[in-house]
Amino acid sequence: MALLEIDNLRAEIEGQEILRGVNLTMEPGKVHAIMGPNGSGKSTLAHVLTGRDGYTVTGGEVRFDGQNILEMEPEERAAVGLFLAFQYPVEIPGVTMTTFLKEAVNSLRKARGESELDALQFTKQLRQRCKELGISDDMLRRSVNTGFSGGEKKRAEVLQMAALEPRLAVLDETDSGLDIDALKTVADGVNSLRAPQRSMLVITHYQRLLNYIVPDVVHVMVRGQIVRSGGKELAEQLEAHGYAEYAEQAAA
Amino acid sequence: MGATAETVEQVREATSQKYKYGFVTEIDEERPPKGLNEDIIRFISQKKGEPQWLLDWRLKAFRHWLTMKHPNWQKVSVPPYDFQEAYYYAAPKSDADKPQSLDEVDPKLLETYEKLGIPLKEQEALAGVAVDAVFDSVSVATTYKQKLEEHGIIFCSISEAVQEYPELVQKYLGSVVPYSDNFFATLNSAVFTDGSFVYIPKGVRCPMELSTYFRINAENTGQFERTLIVADEGSYVSYLEGCTAPQRDENQMHAAVVELVALGDAEIKYSTVQNWFPGDENGKGGIYNFVTKRGACRGDNSKISWTQVETGSAITWKYPSCILEGDNSVGEFYSIAITNNYQQADTGTKMIHVGKNTRSRIVSKGISAGHADQTYRGLVRVSPKADGARNFTQCDSLLIGQTCGAHTVPYIESRNRSANVEHEATTSKISEDQLFYCRQRGLDEENAVALVVNGFCREVLQQLPMEFAVEAQKLVGISLEGSVG
Repeated sequence: MALLEIDNLRAEIEGQEILRGVNLTMEPGKVHAIMGPNGSGKSTLAHVLTGRDGYTVTGGEVRFDGQNILEMEPEERAAVGLFLAFQYPVEIPGVTMTTFLKEAVNSLRKARGESELDALQFTKQLRQRCKELGISDDMLRRSVNTGFSGGEKKRAEVLQMAALEPRLAVLDETDSGLDIDALKTVADGVNSLRAPQRSMLVITHYQRLLNYIVPDVVHVMVRGQIVRSGGKELAEQLEAHGYAEYAEQAAA
Repeated sequence: MGATAETVEQVREATSQKYKYGFVTEIDEERPPKGLNEDIIRFISQKKGEPQWLLDWRLKAFRHWLTMKHPNWQKVSVPPYDFQEAYYYAAPKSDADKPQSLDEVDPKLLETYEKLGIPLKEQEALAGVAVDAVFDSVSVATTYKQKLEEHGIIFCSISEAVQEYPELVQKYLGSVVPYSDNFFATLNSAVFTDGSFVYIPKGVRCPMELSTYFRINAENTGQFERTLIVADEGSYVSYLEGCTAPQRDENQMHAAVVELVALGDAEIKYSTVQNWFPGDENGKGGIYNFVTKRGACRGDNSKISWTQVETGSAITWKYPSCILEGDNSVGEFYSIAITNNYQQADTGTKMIHVGKNTRSRIVSKGISAGHADQTYRGLVRVSPKADGARNFTQCDSLLIGQTCGAHTVPYIESRNRSANVEHEATTSKISEDQLFYCRQRGLDEENAVALVVNGFCREVLQQLPMEFAVEAQKLVGISLEGSVG
């Protein structure tokens, strides 16, 4: 069965329609990329999937593991295994990464009817994850994203993904604001988290990220619709020719 | 509205009804009539078997009080209060009037205790359950008391201290907050019923927080509580007042006085968690908490540190202060004030630099939600002789929602050119972005608010004794339940 099925999804913000009938199906373990010009609705899709306030869904359905998730609260969607790596991770001063992730993991476990982890056990696990991802565990003692560089923020998102073990991770413009070295580090982290039961939806404006996180399927999104889908070679074509032909197609 | 507030209201209603009927049928000679006059004060003093000097002091305070007016400079609106309509002495309740077991206590109150992780035995004590023989609080208390006595530490009720250590009480009572100090402190001096007394002898480091024991035994200290702590030369004590659990209380007006005296090289750390009934979500009911707290660093190199977590009461009005008389003495004030619904708070501190090279540090974190309004009001005064005095003040306000208010009113008076006074202030809001970020990670909305607010308060929470800090963190979340969404 498909992990994620988006069926003719329509959504607007402040009366303006942004998603105009999105269709997308993802199988477990697959990596899909969504590419598209600025303003095409890529980030809106990420936010509507994860239940952010301010968007009105006007039509369509989103099924996660067969379950309609559009009526769920954001934390309920997190509990079924949906994770968003933010384009702009948010600072939470005074809350250490360890505390934050412990709260998060235990909230998820509680929602799933599992017992909470004790602090010692959890911290040990988290250090191990840092090691695996090549992230200095100094980060665990710092306040969430507070005073982090652009690269640190994105690495912190990858660390969170590792700690929360989602079934579907949506990566919203994870490459934005990163130089090539930082991009490689982040991509290595993401790749190490690829697993047969974990799908990823990589949203990006540029093809370069897809040199490092190689997708199974590439979709082109223009004006709130997916206008073309193909293999990874589609990303290369886009890099060479741009989005111009699709823009005309969508407008027509 | 938070479950805490709701519960306390319900419990309060239940108890006040019971109370009412109880007193219609049995008029108690332990309870003199309403109102405030010299006869009532004589009655209180006589009941307590006080020496003449203390009665004279009370009467002097009362006569002075008659010449005073209710202050109105504060940024809280206090409904008119008729002092002649109140009772000023009530004997402690007998066990027969109390709930006989936790089964008789409102389950919601118990739920709150559960959330705070308070052990069962303590829950019984807090809910005012008549304690049975199995829970031998007397023997627990005795064990602690013996340990303290080995060090020569005196820790008892102020009534007991008046009997047992009259010379110490007479020497220090009113020496930091004089009987004529202010409207409420003067009233307290006239009618105080009980409170705590602590004396730490020279060179003694108090081996335990004066807290766990106190928490169980703190019931019925009354609405005019009087506390006096004296740390003799080179001694140290950490004192913890109050409780994270909502306490039942039938008195609306609380006007306590706390006096601290630190002699040379002594240190006093005084932590408060105040969680009295804050009123309901429409601003009905709730405690008025008008407290005068002041510490004197009398000796050189002495230190007094106030830490407060104020989440309860309909109106909070207090300025725990330090008078830095000794050279190189240090005063600190760390504060978290949370106001939700229609709560009001006007709180802060006064740091009075008198000695040379005196230092003070003020960290105030105010959180306002609902229709609440709060003000940080602080005075830093540097007297002409206080060469090299230094102060650092940080006031941060966090707003939740659109209908609350936060104000910062710092007064700085420096009469010495060598003094260095710094003030920083910020105001921020909990952002939708922060809440969504937390919720995407799995936290529900209330836990998300609690997490962000705890982060905001971290610097102050860290000042609390360890086991208490954990409870205080939970309390922060519970106090803000229902403030978003």
